Amino acid sequence: MAARLYRNGGFVADEWTHLDDEAELPAEGAFVVPLARFLAAAADLPQGVRLAPLVKASDDPASLAGHLAALELVVVDFAKFSDGRGYSTARLLRQRYGFAGEVRASGDVLLDQIPLMRRVGFDAFSVVNEPTIRALEAGHDVDVPLYLQPAERAGEVPAGARYWARRPAGAQLS
Amino acid sequence: MYRYDEFDAHFVSARVDQFRDQVQRRLAGDLTEEQFKPLRLMNGVYLQLHAYMLRIAIPYGTLNAVQMRRLAHVARTYDRGYGHFTTRQNIQFNWPRLKDIPEILSQLAEVEMHAIQTSGNCIRNVTADHFSGAAADEILDPRPYAEILRQWSSLHPEFSYLPRKFKIAVTGAPHDRAAVQVHDIGLQAVRDADGNVGFRVFVGGGLGRTPMVGRLVREFLPEADLLAYSEAILRVYNRYGRRDNKYKARIKILVHETGLEELKADIEAEFAEIRDGVLKLPASEIERITTYFDPPAFVAADGDEAVLEAAIAADPQLEAFAARNVHPHRAPGYASLTISLKPIGKAPGDATAEQMEVVADLAERYGHDEIRVSHEQNLVLPHVRRRDIPAIHAALVEAGLGEANAGLVTDIIACPGLDYCALATARSIPVAQRISERFGSPERQREIGDLKIKISGCINACGHHHVGHIGILGVEKKGEEYYQITLGGSADENTSVGEIIGRGFSYDEVVDAIEKVVDTYVGLRETPQEDFLAAYRRVGDQPFKEALYGTA
Repeated sequence: MAARLYRNGGFVADEWTHLDDEAELPAEGAFVVPLARFLAAAADLPQGVRLAPLVKASDDPASLAGHLAALELVVVDFAKFSDGRGYSTARLLRQRYGFAGEVRASGDVLLDQIPLMRRVGFDAFSVVNEPTIRALEAGHDVDVPLYLQPAERAGEVPAGARYWARRPAGAQLS
Repeated sequence: MYRYDEFDAHFVSARVDQFRDQVQRRLAGDLTEEQFKPLRLMNGVYLQLHAYMLRIAIPYGTLNAVQMRRLAHVARTYDRGYGHFTTRQNIQFNWPRLKDIPEILSQLAEVEMHAIQTSGNCIRNVTADHFSGAAADEILDPRPYAEILRQWSSLHPEFSYLPRKFKIAVTGAPHDRAAVQVHDIGLQAVRDADGNVGFRVFVGGGLGRTPMVGRLVREFLPEADLLAYSEAILRVYNRYGRRDNKYKARIKILVHETGLEELKADIEAEFAEIRDGVLKLPASEIERITTYFDPPAFVAADGDEAVLEAAIAADPQLEAFAARNVHPHRAPGYASLTISLKPIGKAPGDATAEQMEVVADLAERYGHDEIRVSHEQNLVLPHVRRRDIPAIHAALVEAGLGEANAGLVTDIIACPGLDYCALATARSIPVAQRISERFGSPERQREIGDLKIKISGCINACGHHHVGHIGILGVEKKGEEYYQITLGGSADENTSVGEIIGRGFSYDEVVDAIEKVVDTYVGLRETPQEDFLAAYRRVGDQPFKEALYGTA
């Protein structure tokens, strides 16, 4: 089943096309390619081609540090939802390297992990799992909307006087 | 103790709602069992051999009478009238129905309890010395730091899908009663020459298939850096811990395979990036949390001791109890009492609803409303006036809780084993029961003295057999239960992993074998004060081998 892209509380069209290592790079368009290919190609891109890296769980986001200012999108792949390395990847992209573009989760993205993903800096979700798509379409929010870690993302505000406590600024998803 | 504010109350009830919804989606088929499993585990729900099991968090083993009564209520209403206190200071119920669990959690939330992170590949319930805030030898009460760690780790967005479980223990005393060196992170609170608080930090301890003693990575971590440093460790572990083999996924394996110096450098590099960030602990926050743990007002009077002494002189049972189950308190005229959940011949760590209620009443009446669960699967009244010990003892005896065996050969740690657990390969509770009966005579136990026997029913080592003075590991061999004996383990400040003494023993033979080991020790000790561990470390395994297997 094709992945659907969830962003800002709704499903939207995805202008990015995934290419693997072998597929030839078309003359124009927006493409997501594996990290190594991105790093090799980024310096010398044809006019009209936009490129974004697909970061796997074992990839080090530090290798992107020099590219992030010019990047629109980083896709972090979750081959298995139970592999939590992508959460650290997203936090490093946001907090250590100051990336302000879109951080998108792809792969085995499921409803119950989305609230955690949002908090470490993901703001778009490429979803295949059908019950997850249905729940998101229905606006079914499964977040515990109170957090005991300092703000991870814009839009969190202190909850009461306690030092660590945060809550989402609005009641809206995302 | 820590009390919930409005935030905590909402937080816990939102987690209950979330879990209720997860259960409904599982029952509706929207979640596969594979997808549901980590969600339920992170909320303490296991699928055991016969039923679901619910493990409820007792943060750093501290609870009050109202909470204990609520556990009794859960035992009576949703289980079979008892609960099982665990080696991680939690309680588990072995017979709840999945559909009742959200309701149980709601009722627990009313008394400020939850099951968050009592299982799963996340940061588990933080444990601490069961005599915290009371022990005479304590440098400072570790519970405020355990509470700060609990809060920071609760539903942590980055660290909920770690390679494997992650356990943190804290002690505030030089004599380690919290086994910190066999935890993923072990913290020992200390003061420097100027009185500043900091921690000795151990990383990579653990039991299981590959027992390892934690390695010291920091001699003095300032308290302000506690969370940033913990986060640095966790981030390194989350990124680089092995995920290809669940038996090699704990941080101890990462320490072992990467090498201590390199891993330490990785942790320090990560820490350098975040140490001055938002995780720096302000003194005001430490102070605010510490206030919750202010000691009660202790009142002792002249003549208290005479009351206790007179009662002891008149009652040999009380004398035995006072000799074994009373621990020195820092306040004059006070003591901490161990309530043994190891009556002779019973399952270690089990308590009935009625017994829980008796303990709750005693805590309220005599104990400043405080109860502790020890990792040795006993209960503790941390603050009792010494002159009240006879009255408490009498009530405990009536409830079947008066066993004077704290720290003795029958104070056995045992995992649930094949009687309950889906992972077990052998029974452990019945072995504990038979050993307990064999050594049940009070005179014989006292003559043997301090001795820690720990039993695991499989290689995952939930019964901590590696760090028992005498450890027993149940394995399965050609359809039969076999028991391997290890000697010389310890989980205190001189932690060591026990060594396998030789070939294993059958279920029928194992109790005789343990008796031979114990008798050998009694025969060779230099004085009655030389305990088993000291004697073993002096003479080595040869005399025990000879006793068990004959001369080679």
